[in-house]
Amino acid sequence: MSRLSDERLKIADEVIGRFPRKKSALIPLLHLAQEQDGYVTQDAMVHIAEILDLAPAEVYGTASFYEMFKFHPIGKYCINICTNISCQLVGAWSLLHHAEERLGIKAGSTTGDGLFTIEDVECIAACTEAPAVQVNYRYRYRVTPESFDALIAELEDGKLTGEFPPHGTLATIRQETTEAWSNRGTLEQEQVDAR
Amino acid sequence: MSVPNGPRIITSRFDLADGHTYAGYVRTNGYQSLRKALGTMTPQQVHDEVKAAEIQGRGGAGFPAGVKWGFLAADVHPRYLVINGDESEPGTYKDRMLMELDPHQLIEGTLLACYALNAAQAFLYVRGEMAVAQERLAQALNEAYANNIVGKNICGSNFSVDITLTAGAGAYIVGEETALIESIEGERGMPRLKPPFFPAVKGLYMQPTIVNNVETLANLPYIIGKGGGDFKALGAPTSTGMRMFAVSGHVNKPGVFEVPNGVTTFRMLFEAPEYCGGVRNGGDVKAFIPGGASAMWFFPEHLDLALDKPTVDKAGSMLGSGAIIVMDQGTDMVAACWRIVRFFARESCGKCTPCREGTTWLERVLKRMLDGHGRPEDIDLLFEVSESISPGLAWPPRQTTICPLGPSAVSPIASAVRRFRHEFEHYIEHGRPIDGVESPFVVPTASHR
Repeated sequence: MSRLSDERLKIADEVIGRFPRKKSALIPLLHLAQEQDGYVTQDAMVHIAEILDLAPAEVYGTASFYEMFKFHPIGKYCINICTNISCQLVGAWSLLHHAEERLGIKAGSTTGDGLFTIEDVECIAACTEAPAVQVNYRYRYRVTPESFDALIAELEDGKLTGEFPPHGTLATIRQETTEAWSNRGTLEQEQVDAR
Repeated sequence: MSVPNGPRIITSRFDLADGHTYAGYVRTNGYQSLRKALGTMTPQQVHDEVKAAEIQGRGGAGFPAGVKWGFLAADVHPRYLVINGDESEPGTYKDRMLMELDPHQLIEGTLLACYALNAAQAFLYVRGEMAVAQERLAQALNEAYANNIVGKNICGSNFSVDITLTAGAGAYIVGEETALIESIEGERGMPRLKPPFFPAVKGLYMQPTIVNNVETLANLPYIIGKGGGDFKALGAPTSTGMRMFAVSGHVNKPGVFEVPNGVTTFRMLFEAPEYCGGVRNGGDVKAFIPGGASAMWFFPEHLDLALDKPTVDKAGSMLGSGAIIVMDQGTDMVAACWRIVRFFARESCGKCTPCREGTTWLERVLKRMLDGHGRPEDIDLLFEVSESISPGLAWPPRQTTICPLGPSAVSPIASAVRRFRHEFEHYIEHGRPIDGVESPFVVPTASHR
């Protein structure tokens, strides 16, 4: 349970500066919190509320709407298996069933060692590459039971840490604010807000 | 089978190893249209070219982008551009490719739109679940800022605009433009009532806002580079330009294809060797969805229709987001219908009662059929609940709700139950699919709730 680190606070400040209004940084800051702890802690939500001048309930109100934010620890690798129509048509349910058997858990739960969570998810925009799977929101295409087992073995052996950062880390490259930033939107919005 | 030909416009860099980098983009004539616009065209001239191109929005509704821009409240500043990269309509796969494989093209399109609209700032909203697209766009934006392509006094002109990259966090409804605006404002992604909240009048921060889809904007560098008339001539007069379609499901070679708009037919896409190469195992089409899970289904008698907006609209469905899903003769239509309805039930934001309650009921009724507990009155019940969400089960759907999500859940029911009623009756009577049809489930579905 932790507040945002100083390093992440700096990033948060930059993010806030790229919007004309502070609250717009709420979802990006929740992602920062999840990146830090693997899930969104209560302390982080209180901290974000302080940063954005919101009530903690407003932070939780927004956070709880969005599927990706987790409020309790989950696996290091969150494996999202798409079962939506294009994937269902080519064997997604068999794949999900196989994954459940292989890991000994049901969709929506986490293995005892804290390594894997499986989720039965909606369309992830890889329909022509069905059945599609994401590990921490990075893709594997046309997954078979065999290639699923190979993926699990490689993840267990720590061979794919470069390709799949731990759950919570989304993009490893961030937008930066430089001297070239014009700030036109914020300046124009401030003029209107001042009226 | 001969198919209409056309150049690859927006997918032209997909095969390059460095197509996503600034160097690769500039080497292949990238940012030339931006320089042309800033150096030789007024904002109105850029707007006029987009109008002349008659490009229909590629997000789903197909509204002409140039006309939409014209709705922007005059002389009210600041005004914003929002780029909808929240691609999540089941079957849709093209915006993610455009963001991952050619992010600078999207940035150039965004800048051209901002110039035409005199927008103060653009917000590029990428679906949360697309980590690589977010990385590629962040990298591309950092490169563009470093090269004076975005930000202060772009390319030495007096035009300044910023692009803010931001990501969602998992909610299909945020693809609806007013819900997307709510999400950028840090709120729960629930749609706003229109009127009064038409984005072009009262959008982001209650300022005039244009929301455009990724693929729509990706076409702008070509339109400004070659001219709107050139773009228009590539497709049919009623559906201009080239367009990306993703074909998934029971075809031999599922894929994403950029084809001449309005002239290519569904049969060509499914059967031609350069596209999908036929239905799997030499089989036949039983049904197909022409434009994403929200669309009414089509059947073999629709195969020779052109992928042309008015043609498909008139036939009672839509091209939507360019998501075509093919189902062969062995498909369990009850299971297919249930899966799409479950999607809408899960993704309902809960704001409007007919959608929140109705989609959940529909899902449960279909689920009990699949589980062998269907009741004789269930088919009537499906129609009754559907009527409360979308009276008349017509196309385009009538709404009792703020946005079209709820009525979209009715499309698979209106399509599948009307056409394959015997399959639903068989499930109710025998608790299993008809002969010759394979259930997609290996274990009782109850464990997969």
